[in-house]
Amino acid sequence: MQFLFRYANPHNFMRLSGAVLPFFALATVLCLAAGLYLGFSVPPDYQQGTTIALLFIHVPADVVAEAAYGAIALCSLLSLVWRHPLSDTAARAAAPFGALFTALGLITGALWGKPMWGTYWVWDARLTSFLLLLFLYLGYMALWNAIEDETRAARAAAILALVGVVNIPIIKFSVDWWSTLHQGESIISGKIAPVYLWPLLLMMTGYMLLFATLWLIRIRTAIMERRARNLMQGGPA
Amino acid sequence: MNFDMGAYGVYIWPAYGVSALAIIGATVWTVAGWRRAKAKLAALEKKK
Amino acid sequence: MSPFAILLLRDTKLAARSGGSAALALSFFALVATLVPLGIGPDLRLLARVAGGVLWVGAVLSALLSLDRLFQGDFEDGSLDLIALSPLPLELTSLAKIAAHWLSTGLPLTLLSPLLALLFNLPGPATGFLFVSLLIGTPAVSAIGAIGASLTLSLKRGGLILPLIILPLLSPVVIFGAGAVSATLDGLDGTGALELLAAFSFAAVLLSPFAAAASVRLNLGS
Repeated sequence: MQFLFRYANPHNFMRLSGAVLPFFALATVLCLAAGLYLGFSVPPDYQQGTTIALLFIHVPADVVAEAAYGAIALCSLLSLVWRHPLSDTAARAAAPFGALFTALGLITGALWGKPMWGTYWVWDARLTSFLLLLFLYLGYMALWNAIEDETRAARAAAILALVGVVNIPIIKFSVDWWSTLHQGESIISGKIAPVYLWPLLLMMTGYMLLFATLWLIRIRTAIMERRARNLMQGGPA
Repeated sequence: MNFDMGAYGVYIWPAYGVSALAIIGATVWTVAGWRRAKAKLAALEKKK
Repeated sequence: MSPFAILLLRDTKLAARSGGSAALALSFFALVATLVPLGIGPDLRLLARVAGGVLWVGAVLSALLSLDRLFQGDFEDGSLDLIALSPLPLELTSLAKIAAHWLSTGLPLTLLSPLLALLFNLPGPATGFLFVSLLIGTPAVSAIGAIGASLTLSLKRGGLILPLIILPLLSPVVIFGAGAVSATLDGLDGTGALELLAAFSFAAVLLSPFAAAASVRLNLGS
């Protein structure tokens, strides 16, 4: 906790993030390059054929989509309970990326669904849950934008994020239950053959590193913007 | 590396395309925002 | 009379008076039940199959209509500040408002549902499950709705963002509620769905007042 609070100071955060950012960016590029190379070198799956290639961009997008919401929830908790000052900024900064990757998961999922099921959307339980997650992101961002006072907006959004994170397991459970009731389909079933594991892990890591990199840059940007605002109002940077 | 996706290519390439577009777009947007903020701050600090 | 009961009575009376929120919700509910068959055609077997889902979605949307005023009226004329200062904790205040909202929307909607089920050619047992599911599930709609209402109470046009915030959170209610009806239609036992719904409703009514109270506090600036 002490460690976290030391970096709550924007100056310290800027220093630390500035130092690690180049490494994150480099690691991102390396992982994605290696993942893509391996991904296009694997043999076709005996069940899914060459569409297995979609595994490597669909699952990583989903992973980031969920991780981003988890990050927002954690930051919201820090904001409400421990009043960690930077966490509001961090939470708000993560949201657009979370929404983007959720949408990406849905699009790649639909494009995977067409060859698998014959139509783009069959209300597969996982995809349906992610559709609801997208709405959760949109609502979160809308709330931030709707409330004018920034402090109030931050706390309202934090409450919403925590209510959402508690609901997400329930939503997933209910959608799963719903899909078994109506006998839905599923893209990814069963285990993944080991030969696909490495490209998948590399892509997942690459996507997560990409999110982390972009997120850090957004937070730094927000800090700079606040400094600029303070300067314009005649205060210190 | 094999790029021949057979019949499924019509789904795979758009998916990779959209993903690449989204990732590149997000990166450009993020970096542009950073540059803008940095420039604005530099201009303000110069005034002081 | 306890402060809780006083607040409950006051809010229920206010709801009944201002634009008659029960009448509004009921009319909206009935309109939805009328428009959908106009949209999908009078195939009675099809209507019976979709009845659970359509009527549940209709009920949720109808309950939504009066939600944005749940805290806003008191906020705007300053009563909410006074209520917050009263000995009744804000959590109980929120619970009272949730109960008042349910009494003026959820309960009337539930009572009307068997009549609307008739329009959809829903067989007897399934109608019974629809009724019970609405009875158990609409409190959750009011409860979770109250969270959204309290978060947006300071917004002039908060009504637009309110559905966006709470509808995803209400998906389990619609799933289990309508699921109970579908299960019955398929000859399965719908009580499993009702139990899940009851558990969700119970948790929602128990926990929502805390979130709502926290949101009211932040909006009152304390």
